[in-house]
Amino acid sequence: MTPLLWPCPLPGGAIAEEYALTFDRGRAKRLLIVPALFDEANRLRRFTVEVMRRLDGAGIDAFLPDLPGTNESLQSLTVQEPHDWADAMAAASHHFGATAVLGMRGGCLFTPSMQQVLLYAPVKASAQLRQMLRARMLASREIGREETRDGLMALGLAIGIELAGYQLSAEFIRQFEPLTPREDGVEIAQETVGGSGLWLRAEPGESAEQADALAAAVLVALS
Amino acid sequence: MSDDTDLLLRRILTDVLGLKQNQASEFTEDTGLFGHLPELDSMAVAGLLTELEDRLDIVIDDDEIDGEMLETYGGLLAFAKAKREEA
Repeated sequence: MTPLLWPCPLPGGAIAEEYALTFDRGRAKRLLIVPALFDEANRLRRFTVEVMRRLDGAGIDAFLPDLPGTNESLQSLTVQEPHDWADAMAAASHHFGATAVLGMRGGCLFTPSMQQVLLYAPVKASAQLRQMLRARMLASREIGREETRDGLMALGLAIGIELAGYQLSAEFIRQFEPLTPREDGVEIAQETVGGSGLWLRAEPGESAEQADALAAAVLVALS
Repeated sequence: MSDDTDLLLRRILTDVLGLKQNQASEFTEDTGLFGHLPELDSMAVAGLLTELEDRLDIVIDDDEIDGEMLETYGGLLAFAKAKREEA
């Protein structure tokens, strides 16, 4: 496993370097993985890397880039917009010479157009947003501040909002909310992987069985 | 309607809290949840409520969520049962 820098386009045409975790042995099958989003990114990070280790063992190169403004990225999240993330993943795909892409949960919203698109437990942006708004509402209530999901959404669309520790701009919320996973992808549902999704866990967990099963499903799809 | 709410609710808590198999079967009416289990923070509760909606086929409004319903296993179970009867 090698952390590498790759050139990521910035809005306005400049280039910034972003990190990616890579298993690159110059093999024919090269899989770009678009990570899960926000709090789910943390909860699925280890699982995602465990799947990459298994794919490496099975002869597939894999690349896990950061979305600009998240993880190790030095870019500000507040200036990111969903179309920037889509551009970034397309650039990463091009840079690493990916032959297929796997989206993880909300990452399925940013999978570039490719011949083989795999979608692990894809989620609509509206559903992910709803859950983050609910968490914000509950946290506010705990400190005695009454907020509603509708009110928070209106605030988000007006001036931006912090959800689950992520400061998102109004433009981000506006573009993000209607996004749905691409329809030309092959869905790998949680039932195929077995057990309950690790993104549900209150604390990041891991499951060797689930990592085996998702890697096997990817292998079948790419064979 | 045969009531499997209790079983489903224990399964959802098992998935969200990452409990071992059968650990949730030891929950009683008085087992403390929100405010008692450190891993059950607001993000986890939001996930829990969303799973409840999906798996029990109910819709939970913001103003139905209060401390009492989330405080104990018994409170959450009573809430879930009542919502399913309404549905």
